[in-house]
Amino acid sequence: MNPLHGTAADWVGLTILLPFLGFLVNGALAFVRPDDKRTVSLVGVGSVAVAFLVGVAVFFAVLGKHPEEAYVRSYWTWMTAGDLEIHAALQVDRLSVLMLLVVTGVGSLIHLFSVGYMHDDPGYARYFAYLNLFIAFMLVLVLGANFPVLFVGWEGVGLCSYLLIGFWFTDRQKAAAGLKAFLVNRIGDAGFLVAMFLIYRNLGTLDFVTVLRNAPLQLAPGGPVVTAIALFLFLGCAGKSAQIPLYTWLPDAMAGPTPVSALIHAATMVTAGVFLVARAGVLFAMAPVASAVVGGVGALTALFAASIGLKQWDIKKVLAYSTVSQLGYMFVGVGAGAYAAGIFHLVTHAFFKALLFLGSGSIIHAMHHAYHHTHNPADAQDMRNMGGLRAYLPTTFRTMGVATLAIAGIPPLAGFFSKDEILASAFGRGADDPFWYLVWALGAAAALLTAFYMTRLMLYTFYGPNRTGAAEQPHLAESPKVMTVPLVVLAVLTVLGGAINLPHVGTLHRWLEPVTAPAVAYTLGTPVSLGVELGLMALAIAIAVVGIRLAMTRLHPEQLVPAEQAPAERGFAKLLLEKYRVDELYDAVIVRPLVFFSRVVLWKGVDAGAIDGAGVNGSAFVARALGWVGSRLQTGQVSAYVLCFVLGALAVLGALTR
Amino acid sequence: MRMVVFWSVSFIAIAAALMVITRKSAVASALWLVVTLYQLAVLYVLLDAHFIAALQVLVYAGAIMVLFLFVIMLLNLGRPDPSDIAGAGRRVIAGVAGLVLLGELFTFRLAVPPGDLVLPAGAVSGMIEAQGAVTAVAKPLFQAYVVPFEITSVMLLAAIVGAVVLAKRRL
Amino acid sequence: MLGPSLAVSAILFSLGVVGVLLRRNAIVIFMCIELMLNAVNLTFVALSQQLGLDGQVFVFFVMTVAAAEAAVGLAIIIALYRHRDTVNLQDLNLLRG
Repeated sequence: MNPLHGTAADWVGLTILLPFLGFLVNGALAFVRPDDKRTVSLVGVGSVAVAFLVGVAVFFAVLGKHPEEAYVRSYWTWMTAGDLEIHAALQVDRLSVLMLLVVTGVGSLIHLFSVGYMHDDPGYARYFAYLNLFIAFMLVLVLGANFPVLFVGWEGVGLCSYLLIGFWFTDRQKAAAGLKAFLVNRIGDAGFLVAMFLIYRNLGTLDFVTVLRNAPLQLAPGGPVVTAIALFLFLGCAGKSAQIPLYTWLPDAMAGPTPVSALIHAATMVTAGVFLVARAGVLFAMAPVASAVVGGVGALTALFAASIGLKQWDIKKVLAYSTVSQLGYMFVGVGAGAYAAGIFHLVTHAFFKALLFLGSGSIIHAMHHAYHHTHNPADAQDMRNMGGLRAYLPTTFRTMGVATLAIAGIPPLAGFFSKDEILASAFGRGADDPFWYLVWALGAAAALLTAFYMTRLMLYTFYGPNRTGAAEQPHLAESPKVMTVPLVVLAVLTVLGGAINLPHVGTLHRWLEPVTAPAVAYTLGTPVSLGVELGLMALAIAIAVVGIRLAMTRLHPEQLVPAEQAPAERGFAKLLLEKYRVDELYDAVIVRPLVFFSRVVLWKGVDAGAIDGAGVNGSAFVARALGWVGSRLQTGQVSAYVLCFVLGALAVLGALTR
Repeated sequence: MRMVVFWSVSFIAIAAALMVITRKSAVASALWLVVTLYQLAVLYVLLDAHFIAALQVLVYAGAIMVLFLFVIMLLNLGRPDPSDIAGAGRRVIAGVAGLVLLGELFTFRLAVPPGDLVLPAGAVSGMIEAQGAVTAVAKPLFQAYVVPFEITSVMLLAAIVGAVVLAKRRL
Repeated sequence: MLGPSLAVSAILFSLGVVGVLLRRNAIVIFMCIELMLNAVNLTFVALSQQLGLDGQVFVFFVMTVAAAEAAVGLAIIIALYRHRDTVNLQDLNLLRG
């Protein structure tokens, strides 16, 4: 009997139920009483906050009882088919309870922020309904005890992402962005499904506990089956967590409200892929080829996205590419076998990226407010229209500054420790497989670019002269408390967050050990010596400082002009601004041929021509023709009938005399 | 002697049947059919069915054919009518069908009844000599087959009523 | 005498069939049907020589039924003639579909 039985862990289902009830109530209010903002706020924020408190209780239960095994609570039998039995079950273990805290904690802060940000929006109730539903599905994802339940959460958060990205669906582009996110995710989901089929086929079960225990016994390490499973799972992760080649939906997803970008596309949904790799760590550890693919793709994506972020002017797009890049780091971590390091970066990234997005939301809120007063149609998100905002939005400035230092990797802030640990583990794997040295190098280069573009964002937004316009300036003001308090809380977490896994103290490492130990047993690689480790740390700090200095000296915010008057970019800068034209490439190579094939070949050719023409109309024609032939026999002449009669009788007689 | 009679009677019967189907006049066909029926009556006598032979002459040739002739005369159909016989194509088809049918039926001609059903030779003529032709037929008729006999009488009644109703000028 | 009798019966039956197919006058077709019935009667009588008198009893019934059938059939033809003024089968095509 698991020691968690009878403790608060028994109530873990409440964390999903409460936000789901919030969804139902807010959804009903959206139809019946959409103006009742107080009730909606109370239900929306309250349900997630209470879920967080339950999560804390579960955490303390786990902390107190030190269970080594996962505690699985099965609520009902979902499907039985042959020997396969899938239960609607939740799993409480070290990893899932950590994710539970992150999702509900950061989620509550973002819900609180949304109360202020979405205050003037007519779709207020609908927004909170969708946001609550998202939390419910995300918790199903992290708490699921088997692959299908996780997949339900996986799809559910994809659905909510679509609903929230296309929240202002009356704008065609925004609706299209939501659709794009859903479709690109679908490609990844197909990979996930294939992986599930392979797992069932080879291991006969889909429960995490059983799969992870039996995989080392039943599958050949490094063999084709395990590698195939891991690669297909990673395809799903590439879709959900926006890695190459399925990252193109994330920048477009910025069309949604900014708190949505903070919650879904920074802190929680996009990290689902990293969580999946950590959860199925044994499978990835048993397939070094797949792990190398994970790490390599992660590093490449980190560098690629960081380079695009160098030249973006929309503040949210910069943060979006930054998210893609940081997700790449997390995959480098879990690919290199340092699952705890990857999860560590996931947690710290949730803190500072949510802070950055909410901060940008605060800025956009203020800019919108100002433009609204003067009826100016200029873009409130373009950094060229900002500048010198630290005088107007001091709290936002200070909190975002903390987050920028964290993401650049300045100690003792959270980002430094997590990023450093990931790069160190990659370097350590390099001793056995030189490929990982390349991964490390890409990661280090990306770190330099990260420091650069984040400093650029701060410079253009908060420093230099203000370019918003003389008429708008009096209206620029700091956001209300309901929006700045979450910023401050997240800033505190960003500063202190590094403490959860200091090097050689390794609190998080030891916490996650029961989950990651089976996987780590398969991972090759020698731990780096103390000297190399300190050297790498110094190198990381140097890279961060150099990046920041480079930005501060080379960039001149006072030379910027507002967006409408800005000159067009040329050359390599243009290529970066147009994100290497990857979307255009996909359109030409994949989308257009597919649409052509569907329209001309399948629709006109097969459907209208063959099936309608030959099949439906053709068979009707044949039936009519046969009927016409038959009607020729109805002459009304008795003699003809008699002839048929006699011929029939002759035939029967012939058969008899045979 | 019997065989000579048999063959000559058969020949006449077949020839008369051919006449029946080829004459243009309905009356001529009817009269040739009467000839055929008479020949069949002689054949029945040769086959030890004296009672049946008598019935053939009395009922078939005497009553049914007379009825036919009545109707033909009533409807004034006696005159030769060339359109009465079908065209060339139909004649070919009819001829072919007839020949095929003949071929199929000829295979039955060689059939032999199963041994345990066959009576000893001369048994039937013996019965007829002992009891007389009428008694020999009447015995099974009124003993084994009395139910069909009674039903037949009901059927005749129905036929009479039907014929009267159908042929009336005004119901 | 069985074999030759059956042969004669077969020929008469075939002639009857040809007549039904060939002629267009309803009454003559009827007469050809009577010819077929008689051929069958001949078969029954021929076989009754070897299998017992039940064959002759059956011929009795056949004749009775033929008589009733002739009566009713001719009544129908008379009624038909009254309505349509013809007994030529080519002109009687109300069943045309």
